Amino acid sequence: MARGERDNGSARRARIMMQVTFIVPVVILALFVLTAIFAPVIAPHLPTKTSMPHRLLPPFFVEGGSTAYLLGTDLVGRDILSRVLYGARISLSVSLLVIFITGAVGTIVGIIAGYMGGTTDTIIMRTTDASLAIPQILIALLLAVTLGPSFKTIVLALSILGWAPYARLIRGEALRLREADFVAQARIIGSSSLRTMIVHIFPNVVNPLIVIATMMVGLVILMEAALSYLGAGIPPTTPSWGGMVSDGRNLIDRAWWISFFPGLAIGLVVLSGNFLGDWIRDKLDPRLRQL
Amino acid sequence: MSETVLHVEDLRTSFFTRKGVVKAVDGVSFHVDEGETLGIVGESGCGKTVTGLSILRLLPEPAARIVGGRVLLEGTDLLKLDKRKMRAYRGKAVSMILQDPMTSLNPVYSIGNQIAEAVRLHRNLPESMVRHEVISALKLVKIPSPEMILQQHPFQLSGGMRQRVVGAIAMSCHPRLLIADEPTTALDATIQAQYIALFKEIQQQTNVAIIFITHDFGVVATMCHRVGVMYAGKIVETASTRDIFKSPRHPYTAALIDSVPRLDRKDERLYSIEGQPPSMMNLPRGCRFRPRCTDTCLPVCSEQEPPEVQIGDSHSVACWKVA
Amino acid sequence: MADILLEGRNLTKHYPVTKGLLQHTVGWVRAVDGVSFAVERGKTLSLVGESGAGKTTTAKAVLLLEKPTSGSILFNGKDLNEFSPSQLKTEYRARVQAVQQNPWSSMNPRMRVRDIVAEPLVVNTKQSRKETRARVSELLEQVGLRPDHGGLYPHEFSGGQRQRIAVARALALNPSLVVLDEPVSALDVSIRAQIMNLLKDLQAQHNLSYMVIAHNLATVRYMSHTVAIMYLGQIVEYGEAEPLFEKPLHPYTRALISASLLTLPEDEAEGAQQIVLSGEMPSPLNPPPGCRFHTRCTESSSTCAEVAPELRPLGKQMVRCHHYDD
Repeated sequence: MARGERDNGSARRARIMMQVTFIVPVVILALFVLTAIFAPVIAPHLPTKTSMPHRLLPPFFVEGGSTAYLLGTDLVGRDILSRVLYGARISLSVSLLVIFITGAVGTIVGIIAGYMGGTTDTIIMRTTDASLAIPQILIALLLAVTLGPSFKTIVLALSILGWAPYARLIRGEALRLREADFVAQARIIGSSSLRTMIVHIFPNVVNPLIVIATMMVGLVILMEAALSYLGAGIPPTTPSWGGMVSDGRNLIDRAWWISFFPGLAIGLVVLSGNFLGDWIRDKLDPRLRQL
Repeated sequence: MSETVLHVEDLRTSFFTRKGVVKAVDGVSFHVDEGETLGIVGESGCGKTVTGLSILRLLPEPAARIVGGRVLLEGTDLLKLDKRKMRAYRGKAVSMILQDPMTSLNPVYSIGNQIAEAVRLHRNLPESMVRHEVISALKLVKIPSPEMILQQHPFQLSGGMRQRVVGAIAMSCHPRLLIADEPTTALDATIQAQYIALFKEIQQQTNVAIIFITHDFGVVATMCHRVGVMYAGKIVETASTRDIFKSPRHPYTAALIDSVPRLDRKDERLYSIEGQPPSMMNLPRGCRFRPRCTDTCLPVCSEQEPPEVQIGDSHSVACWKVA
Repeated sequence: MADILLEGRNLTKHYPVTKGLLQHTVGWVRAVDGVSFAVERGKTLSLVGESGAGKTTTAKAVLLLEKPTSGSILFNGKDLNEFSPSQLKTEYRARVQAVQQNPWSSMNPRMRVRDIVAEPLVVNTKQSRKETRARVSELLEQVGLRPDHGGLYPHEFSGGQRQRIAVARALALNPSLVVLDEPVSALDVSIRAQIMNLLKDLQAQHNLSYMVIAHNLATVRYMSHTVAIMYLGQIVEYGEAEPLFEKPLHPYTRALISASLLTLPEDEAEGAQQIVLSGEMPSPLNPPPGCRFHTRCTESSSTCAEVAPELRPLGKQMVRCHHYDD
């Protein structure tokens, strides 16, 4: 903080905004991660326990609700809150795993394409273009039908094409870095292509990679939710947010809470992921840096 | 006796950062007369570019702000104008040329369009006259076949040509003052020589006052009538070009000139100034150059900053040993 | 008999210009066209010229970053074309290192300084970590830095200091030749002298040869023993530095010198005429016929427009100009 001289008011406001847009999404995401881990401990009921006398109860703050079932119950009396908490496990673990796999594959492929150039680049890029052109939902449904819906299927379904956007973006970065002076320098001292890609190119694509990955959190969760909604994702016994939204779709007029709360959870995580991604990108943008 | 076009008094500009306040320009005063070129020389970080931007009020907000002083353009204090009035001055009465000809021009618009934009913004001319003005501006900077250039785009021109177009845009509204920030640094030596010769002619024709910001003494010698040497946010010496070279009085000026290799003779060993310019957030007490000054310093050099003292005909120095 | 470390013979590099879907060649950019030079052991050769002259391309050929279209490079008398790939790495690359122009982009921003300086050793030798660390400390001290600077990242240093780090890195393998591409032009004026003095000291200490690419003639005069003035892919004047600067022969050399000299206004009035060339350097895609410089030369004649002059010895220099034919 400046000493003596009066600080510039609007600069300070801008800095506070920067901090807020970081803290809020991180807190939200951290909370969800914690609930995913500690669901069995926090959840008031088992997610699969049915209770016919208590079916279709509204949330506790609405008339007719009960504090035993804070967010209400569904058609067969299962507690919505517990299911949302357990559902975090599925949604977050699927998306983290998918992001990791697609990020790794996409980055490796992108670096090789961008750095090596020539025919290698052309082959890889045409494959990437093809992957980008095929609708992911279609492939996912196909896999679900052939392999049967399961955790493994959904991860495979989302990863098999999901690496392509990374490959495209990282290739761009690698192309740019290839021309950098320090890469020419690596050649001058006799570094091999493999070593140059690992030691020089990779560390410098990590920043854009992180930005893309955080933004993908939201996208992957939405896709998983969509697949579960369509019945091609996690089998309905295990609660997943998408599945829960699907379950409640015919009851929206009578029991809005069944679809609403899982939907809200999806929305919060996606938005937080996006805000976080924006924040990271802005933080890494040299123009917004002060002296 | 020429009229003074610009009078800068005690200009102070600071940058407000998380780590502290950087006093990039800390009490700078000078004047420029019509038909005269004042060079502002200094190394990176000395504040010369920020000075130029401050005059035009083009600083990046909210990080930077002018915190004191007056900038009098033919009597009007530019710092007191509201944003709208300042826009009327910018590009018209005061114009600026920047260093990089690649990024000074918009790649998607034609040359004619870009010059016309300046003309339309500032001069109330009927549309039919605009083309004529654009061509005159191009002729002023001696671009061959100006009518052909109108349709071309920046990527079709060489660096030297682009810089001339930038000059045309700057001169199109007949400014009283032109601020040129390192306009020749990116140009080749022979192109630079052409460009400087061109600007000398333009100055003779239009009587425009020029502030030429540079780090290159060769350019200063050929282009400028008077020079101000900046160090760590302050002007340490102001003199005619001749006096700066033949009898520099500030130790920094003298050391700087000695450290530049000469082409007209073989130097056995170059003088090199030890150390580096001070961090602008952590300025030493007293004279800012003292840590690197090799002359024997007086006790007061470590205590107080030296004031600018007139020592001759238009020659002033800020050094305790000269006072 | 001069002890020649590196020799270029008739180096040529043409880049094809392609057009159309099938990428067929429609023309050639004649970036370097028949350039010959020699770098003596322990001495400095400078390649001088403006952008487009071909000096950077020549340097890239020497650094094996570009393959010449024709011509050869001889290292210690042996033609590089006769080196096997592994010999190229161990006997040439390890002996010919570089310092680049831009101290901000020539270093991996994610690596610490000690790793940057050590990298040539890591890639080329099998030294233990302890040996490498000791060598890095030694190198940092040689360039005027401290061993504890090794733990910092490049962005924590100033431009001049970064250039010192680049020099330390270039010296890691004990090279015979260092190629310096505009080593001081990106630095502040008062730092340039520091770096140039450092380079000269190191040259004397280690009997280093330098090949300097520069456009600033004063820097060149200070640093060089031999100078090659390049224009549009060719050498137009070549010789020992002092005689060349005292008595420049080629009109282009004279124009360059005039453009670089400090001419105070009253000197001008006294008659020290400034030579201002007209026009710009033509494109290497389409060099002018005859003498490539004739379109801008103040003294060109009809022969100049038709016949290309050869590089011929004249006194202590070699010059490519018809005015000296007789």
